[in-house]
Amino acid sequence: MRAELQRDTRHWLIATACLTVAPHTLWLPSWLSALCAILLGATLWQAARARRALPRMLLLFIALAAAAAIKLHFGHFFGKDPGIALLAALLCLKLLESRSSRDARAVILLAFFLQLGLFLNDQTLAIAALALCGTLAATVTLQSLHLGAQPVRVRLRSGAMLLAQALPLMVVLFIFFPRIPGPLWGLPADAHSGLSGLSDTMAPGSISELILSEAIAFRAAFDGPLPPPEERYWRGPVLSEFDGRSWREARFSTAAQPPYVAAGPAYRYRLTLEPHNRHWLLALDYTDQAPPGSRYASDYKLLSTRPLRERIRIDLQARPQTRPGAQEDAAVLAAARRLPSTGNPRARALAAQFAAPGATPAEILQRTLEHFRDARYVYTLNPPLAAADSVDDFLFDSRAGFCEHFSSAFVFTLRAAGLAARVVTGYQGGELNPVDGVLVVRQSHAHAWAEVWLPGEGWRRVDPTALAAPARISTGLAEALPAGTVLPLLMRAEFSWLRQIRQRWEAASNHWNQWVLGYDRERQHELLQRFGIGDTGWQRLALLMSAGIALLVVALLAWAYARPRRGDALDRAWAALCAKGAGRGHRRQAWEGPLDYGRRLAGACPAQAQEVHAIATEYARLRYRPPADGDAVRALAQRIRRLKLQ
Amino acid sequence: MSTGATLRQRLGDRLWRTAQAEAGPIRLGQRRIYVLPSAAGWAYGGALLVMLVASINYGLSLGYALTFLLGSVALVSLIHAFRNLLHLEIRPGHAEAVFRGDSAQFAIHVHNPRPTPRWALSMKAGGGQPSVFDLAAGETATVLLDRPTTRRGWLALGRITLETRYPLGLVRAWTVLRPQLDCLVLPRPEASPPPLPPASAGDRGGMLRRSGDDDFAGLREHHYADSPRHVAWKVAARGGPLLTKQFAGIQGGELCLDWSGLGAMADDEARLARLAAWALAAHGEGRSYALQLPGSHIACGTGSAHLHAVLRALALHGGGDAR
Repeated sequence: MRAELQRDTRHWLIATACLTVAPHTLWLPSWLSALCAILLGATLWQAARARRALPRMLLLFIALAAAAAIKLHFGHFFGKDPGIALLAALLCLKLLESRSSRDARAVILLAFFLQLGLFLNDQTLAIAALALCGTLAATVTLQSLHLGAQPVRVRLRSGAMLLAQALPLMVVLFIFFPRIPGPLWGLPADAHSGLSGLSDTMAPGSISELILSEAIAFRAAFDGPLPPPEERYWRGPVLSEFDGRSWREARFSTAAQPPYVAAGPAYRYRLTLEPHNRHWLLALDYTDQAPPGSRYASDYKLLSTRPLRERIRIDLQARPQTRPGAQEDAAVLAAARRLPSTGNPRARALAAQFAAPGATPAEILQRTLEHFRDARYVYTLNPPLAAADSVDDFLFDSRAGFCEHFSSAFVFTLRAAGLAARVVTGYQGGELNPVDGVLVVRQSHAHAWAEVWLPGEGWRRVDPTALAAPARISTGLAEALPAGTVLPLLMRAEFSWLRQIRQRWEAASNHWNQWVLGYDRERQHELLQRFGIGDTGWQRLALLMSAGIALLVVALLAWAYARPRRGDALDRAWAALCAKGAGRGHRRQAWEGPLDYGRRLAGACPAQAQEVHAIATEYARLRYRPPADGDAVRALAQRIRRLKLQ
Repeated sequence: MSTGATLRQRLGDRLWRTAQAEAGPIRLGQRRIYVLPSAAGWAYGGALLVMLVASINYGLSLGYALTFLLGSVALVSLIHAFRNLLHLEIRPGHAEAVFRGDSAQFAIHVHNPRPTPRWALSMKAGGGQPSVFDLAAGETATVLLDRPTTRRGWLALGRITLETRYPLGLVRAWTVLRPQLDCLVLPRPEASPPPLPPASAGDRGGMLRRSGDDDFAGLREHHYADSPRHVAWKVAARGGPLLTKQFAGIQGGELCLDWSGLGAMADDEARLARLAAWALAAHGEGRSYALQLPGSHIACGTGSAHLHAVLRALALHGGGDAR
């Protein structure tokens, strides 16, 4: 082991650190990213100019200052984010003071931990590729600790060879290692921060913020035909309580059986939900036969018994034609009629017109719908800021809004007219990926609509947004918005080729998510069953894993023992002749030259004497009068093969 | 040798199967190569364990993948380390005689029969410094191993270790060998010995004509200790080599280095040291000398072969064996 670090080892070490720290800058506080960049720069400068090390006291001071700043920034030390921040600072500092191969090893181990920390934030394909590069750089660094200076290409090749030999072993371990459903102990409180999705309250502007995100909320793979676009309503929180400005969920109960009688055609699908740290499962209306681990809420949404903290897959069945709520609880209806005592006087006056004496609920609903259709409200992503009376403001002043304004104003008006109504949030629509036939639903598909209760019929879904912008429901957001609205890049029609690339990429990501990131106990079971392995207890898995590893290790050992064939083609041909001679009891002696041996062998086998003599002469000619050309060597080898000594 | 050290030696011989020194070439097969994680390897393993637990806890699929990849790399590096030693051929070379107290140097030939290079090999004899070397494809290297010498006589090379931590330093692959190779340790000559004893009166009448300048006998190579008066300056002035004139008178007296002539000295080792110093001095002066030891006699002679025979007899006196 060479104690002092070589120059190029130092460079490889810096490359490893950069590959590991760089992606973290997306999540690290900016001051810390800057500090890491400065420290890495200082290391590079030191390596380039062969400067002396900074004084230890200074490094210690920087370390303490960074730790204090991290404590100040996050308010605590124990958690995912401060932990990663500390690791990153430590890695850069350790790199700066690295002198010996021992230091280099410490840096490499820190880099591995930091790499793992990155996966807490991001596990996409790109990050995985980056991690592979980081591992390669780390391997090369470790290797260079033992070897003298070599060109980059040689170093990379031997590092890549190690990795290539390790990959099959990794795959065996990955497939067969028994998966234990975590967590083993309580996770830090911030372990699942940064997950976006719907919220259980809705104030003006809350959904239009979400809609700018192109992040995927969930994917649905249907068995058979897809439901028509107007039935693609994915139910999230149901908001019944209104305080004049924002809508909240009312109390609800949960049960194992659906609170409705499912009817109509069924659609079976597999839902893959991205984690959002809430309970709701965003199932298509209305679920039939809830799978284990889920329950029906009394307001018809499907809930998971545990918050969704990792990506999950569930198989569901929906019957969109179901008419729920014919016998609704009086308390639920009372809550769905309640309004604050004051506010939005103009809306209340409008409602009073609709609720003229003698009007049936169906007539009131009809009038309200006609008003929303005829008033020509504008559907826009950038609604003007709402005044104190948000409903009045939308209905009479700005006359422009997004789905939350439409649904909020619509439900308010119906309630003011005495009907039971509520806001339902969730997602609407979805985008079919033609590559793999999966319906992709993004945060930009977030939506809010309304439900009205009619006596004798139950809850009827009404989408007031559809009245103003029918295209929103049938084709999508982009067509529904007036021209000139600034849309996210990929939603624009002229970038369809870009969208196509994205669809391919997302189909690949979906496979990645399903089979790599989502590889859990069930997937393991499913995969092994395909290969006819029914029992997936841990003992069986351990056995299979050991067998796989043993097989690969034997293959590697065979490689270690392999000895390349000795000599060139000409030598091998000559050796074949000598073997033939030895077979007849005339072994070539070590001191015998080809001509001598040929003479002796020819004497011993008079039948082939001429041929043996010719072969020996030809060999001597090819061997000792270079250069021998390949054809002559091949011809000689063939002659020797054909020769049969008697 | 103390009983503890003997016991350790025996145990080691049992463990490494090195009870018999091997004279012929040794080809390393799987039965002779041992592989265990190094200290760095244990640290690496510990880190992987922490990463695995973290992956389970947070349900990180890529965490599993990274941990498994790093673990597999370590396993593959173990096989690379093993392969780095496999099929090496080791032959004992030679060892020059040294004086006691100097370190003995044993030459070992290591041959790489494979057409790919071997990296970062390190060979070490007990108590010596390791020597680190690489072997190119098909190359044979001669490695010099140091061992300290404490006693005169034969010093066997004993057990040597050939190890490698290539490629990642996580694994130490090693082999323990005992090639048949001995080094003669000569008695350390006395630092400032008294002048040579007078030549014995005998065959030529005992004329000691040290200052004689008449019986010129010939020229020999100049030695550092020669008097400038005897330098053949004429030859030197002609551009020839520096030579010393030899005179018959100096060669005349036969010098006998006699063990029993040192009656006053009690310690055998001190006697041997004195005799060795005198032998060197006599050789330096180009004189002919004989050695008389209890039980052995070396007749009068000159030259380095004679000197070596005399020193060897001194080294092995009384069955001196440093093994």
